[in-house]
Amino acid sequence: MLKISAAEIGAEGIGKSYGSFAALTDVSLTIAPGEFLTLLGPSGSGKTTFLMILAGFEAATTGRLTLNGADMTATPAETRAFGMVFQGYALFPHMTVEQNIAFPLKVQGRSDGDIKRRVAEMIEMVGLGGHGHKRPSGLSGGQQQRVALARALAYDPPVLLLDEPFSALDKNLRGQMQDEVRRLHREIGTTFVFVTHDQSEALALSSRVAIFNHGVLEQIAAPKDAYECPANRFVAEFLGDINILPLTDVSSRHDGAQASFEGQNLQMTSGLGGPSGTLAVRPEYMSLCLTPPQTGNAIKAVLRDLTYLGAETQLSLTTPGGVSLRLSSPTATLPQGLASGMTVWVAWPADRGTFL
Amino acid sequence: MPAVPRSALLLLPLLGFMVLTYLVPFLGILRWSVTLPEPGFGQYQTALTDPLVLAVFLRTFRTCAVVTLVTVVASYMITLLWVRGTPMQRLVVEFCILIPFWISVLTRAFGWLALLSTKGIINTWLQTTGILSEPLTMVRNEFGVIVGMVHFLIPFAAFPLASAMRTVDERVLLAARGMGASRARVFTQVFVPMTAPGVLGAALVVFVFALGFFVTPAILGGGRSVMAAELVYLRIFQSPNWGLGAAISVILMLGVGGLLALLMRQVRPAGTR
Repeated sequence: MLKISAAEIGAEGIGKSYGSFAALTDVSLTIAPGEFLTLLGPSGSGKTTFLMILAGFEAATTGRLTLNGADMTATPAETRAFGMVFQGYALFPHMTVEQNIAFPLKVQGRSDGDIKRRVAEMIEMVGLGGHGHKRPSGLSGGQQQRVALARALAYDPPVLLLDEPFSALDKNLRGQMQDEVRRLHREIGTTFVFVTHDQSEALALSSRVAIFNHGVLEQIAAPKDAYECPANRFVAEFLGDINILPLTDVSSRHDGAQASFEGQNLQMTSGLGGPSGTLAVRPEYMSLCLTPPQTGNAIKAVLRDLTYLGAETQLSLTTPGGVSLRLSSPTATLPQGLASGMTVWVAWPADRGTFL
Repeated sequence: MPAVPRSALLLLPLLGFMVLTYLVPFLGILRWSVTLPEPGFGQYQTALTDPLVLAVFLRTFRTCAVVTLVTVVASYMITLLWVRGTPMQRLVVEFCILIPFWISVLTRAFGWLALLSTKGIINTWLQTTGILSEPLTMVRNEFGVIVGMVHFLIPFAAFPLASAMRTVDERVLLAARGMGASRARVFTQVFVPMTAPGVLGAALVVFVFALGFFVTPAILGGGRSVMAAELVYLRIFQSPNWGLGAAISVILMLGVGGLLALLMRQVRPAGTR
């Protein structure tokens, strides 16, 4: 349900350089109306620069931006008027909560009655009833964050941009605010573009994740696809723990591929089409057995260390060829009597690996 | 009794110095004002009723108000360039603020005299180029005093203004612009209110400094535009009426103190963060 007209944004070949330093190189993507897109990457990866270019606060050195198909590359930020939530909130310290939220409405020249009604509605929406007359300095971090959200959404912007909005909050509050942002996105239905360096936040919130590294867009995909079928080693490792197995003798078959790892034959039925030098498998798909399993893939390894975490146990292993593996396994499913130094089998289904 | 850290002892020499050089002489002045030429509050009565003294007080107040307004407005514009200009602009402004700041007030007053007097550089140029036939009177009046005082006081306003402007978070300005506000609106409704405590602070410093100005009005006013501090000097050193000079000093001091207290109350609650 779209309450307001969510916008589609297109970026074609966006590049940004500062002198000889390329902050962004040839970024092309389309943000669908009503989508929740997260720009994810380590610091200095260009994700914030890209957001600033979307907002109009920075000009791209090369490339073209469109809003619902119309060129907006040279449109100034104040004309784009996308909602924006900044790191550190950027509230007006000299205005009350109500005045902060009313500011963009006043800019639009709405009537006093309309502004009053809308401000009350937004305060209600972000759960700040009774705080309307306070200054930002009298609010907690989480409350300031809500004011920033209310202010950015008050005037029904076609797009809401969020620049690491939760980085200053503690872990519990962060979880609450994530739920809050998800709820607002669902209720309002406008396009959200969210920047973070926290991969779990990105996976939890977004309909799609765009992963940046060194100014290059490495992959844009739904969280599940990016996590399970990473486009390359950077994405695979950035999104979580992963085991990387160097392969030899790769050959394709009618339903997939087969290859060899330290003399063991492996079958693959998923994640094909990569350059196929290595296989990447998430630790949670691997299990530990004392004897080779009947189906799927398995490799031999020596158990080095066990870390008991209650419901989960983390294991580190080394193959005879010296490749390190990490596993996390539900404690209940582990064989009894495991000890460091034992030789065991690490197994995973043939469809749970990705060629990199 | 609250524990005082021993390092507070380091303040003692300064405290001693202040007592010896400020408090003791001030108490002396206070005594003169009620004992010379005879005991009583006669001198205060004279100071507050004598039309000549009142005229000087009024002129002092008016001149200081104008000087404060002009200084703060000019400094705001200059400081804006200093804090938010291009690196080249910043450098130029910094030199223009700091170099006069290091030059003695006497030198600067005489510099303005050379520039503004009837036979000065500006008038000579205006007359030789034929723009004017009669020289403009720019010194020995309030205009000259105001020019000289504003020039002297600009750095004193620029420093507090610069520190207020530097604490403004760039993202707050971006946020305003991102919500569709024009640059003019961002400036008047966000930037200026956010720097308002700095403006009040600067105005306070300038006004208080201006009230006690002596050298600049004496030179550029040329005895025709006497201000309170000069009147004190005249009463004490030229006509032997020490009591009246002392009383005027005390009134001036109380005025400054009262003003400080008032403005501090205004600035405190609205303080930036």
